[in-house]
Order: sequence, then C-alpha cells, then structure tokens
Amino acid sequence: MRPTGRITDVALVVVGGATGSLTRYGVSEWLNPGHRFPVGTFAVNVTGSFVLGALLAVLVLRGDDTGRRHQVRLLLGTGFLGGYTTYSSLAVEAETLLRSDHVALGLAYAVGSVVAGLLAALAGVAVGRRAAR
Amino acid sequence: MTPLLLAIAGGLGAGARYGLDLWVRPRVSTLLPWSTLLINVTGSFALGLLVGLGTSDTWHTILGTGFLGGYTTFSTASVETAHLAIDRRDAAAAANALVMLTVSVAAAAGGYLLGRSG
Repeated sequence: MRPTGRITDVALVVVGGATGSLTRYGVSEWLNPGHRFPVGTFAVNVTGSFVLGALLAVLVLRGDDTGRRHQVRLLLGTGFLGGYTTYSSLAVEAETLLRSDHVALGLAYAVGSVVAGLLAALAGVAVGRRAAR
Repeated sequence: MTPLLLAIAGGLGAGARYGLDLWVRPRVSTLLPWSTLLINVTGSFALGLLVGLGTSDTWHTILGTGFLGGYTTFSTASVETAHLAIDRRDAAAAANALVMLTVSVAAAAGGYLLGRSG
C-alpha cells in the first residue's frame, strides 16, 4: 500500500475512534448514574455489536475490502464502533461488582453482556445481509 | 475541556488498536482472533491498574474512558464470535467468548491489586 494510503487509514480510525469514544462517554454519563448495574456500558456494547455485525455484512456483500468500502469500514467499524464500545470498562465494572460482594450481579452483568452482544451481532449480520440484497 | 481530551485520547486508543492489530494479525494463527484478545486483556489490565492507583476523576476520564475505552473493543469481539458461530465453529466461538471474558476480568483484578499495592 502507498504510504499516503496508510496515513489516510490511520486518520480514519483515529477520527472515528474519537467520535465513538465521545458518544460512549455521553451515553454512559446519561445512563450509568443511579444504577448498580452499568446500564450505559451494557447499552453501548450491545447496540454497537448489532451495528458492527450489520455494517460488516453489508460491506462484504457489496464487494472487496478496497477503495470506498475499505474507508467506510475503518471510519465507522474499526474507528467509530470500536471506540463506541469498550471491553475494559466491562471487565473493570464486572470485577468491581464481584469484589464488592455483588457476585450474582457481577456474573449477570459479565455473562449477560457477552451473550447479549453475541445475539445482537448475529441479528445485525442477518439484518445486514437482508438489507444488502 | 475534559470531553475534548477524552475524544482525542479515544482516537489515539483506537489508532493504537488498529496499529497493534495490523502487526499481530499476520503473525499468529487465524484459528481464533488472538489480536482482539490481546488488546482487550491488556486494556482491561491497564484500566484495573488506573482504578487501583486511585487516579483523579479527570485522568480516569481521559486515560480510562478515553484512551483505554477507544483501545479496547466489545463490538469486534462480539462480531468475531458471531462469525465463528455462523461458520459452525461453535466450540471456537464459545471458547473465544469465555476466554476473553474470564481473562479480561482476571486481568482487571490483577491490575487493580497491583495498583493498590503500589
């Protein structure tokens, strides 16, 4: 790949990641307070998994990962949705619940997030494949 | 000011994830998405460390919510597990999801304990 192409790729990921991270912060600040269960993190992770599943399914059916499709994947997928969702907050919030004797809630949060994220991604893939036809 | 720094840090975290992924992915077996595992486990350890060290709210927001939130990714992990399941590789899908979750939570606990003891 040409060096300019590589620089453009990184820039797309950084811009998407900055926007996605800020959106996650807004949603978490809005939804997390007042709940022992981290509702905001759960919401961004599940919705982000759905949209990424759909986005990648649409892009794959449209053609090779080149040109405009490649740029859309980096900006919206790797960048925005990667920054919008977070695994570190999930791990630390679950660990904090487990350590502070909310074992059932911590397990429900951790396992519930992963299962709901998987189901959302599967649903996203199905919706994306239908939409791309 | 903090939201702006958070956004910049989140962008840099995402860029770091992209760079690491480009470097790791061709160097490991493709049976499981090891690259995402490495990213999420190291990011969870680092966030646990920040919490254990008791960093101020501002730095926690910039480095934790921003950089490490942008660096780690839940959506990619979910979609990679979904693709394994769609390919009928159910054992690999289950292993990917469970190993990532347990090792990330353990790494967060390790980081927290290390930060507390420091």
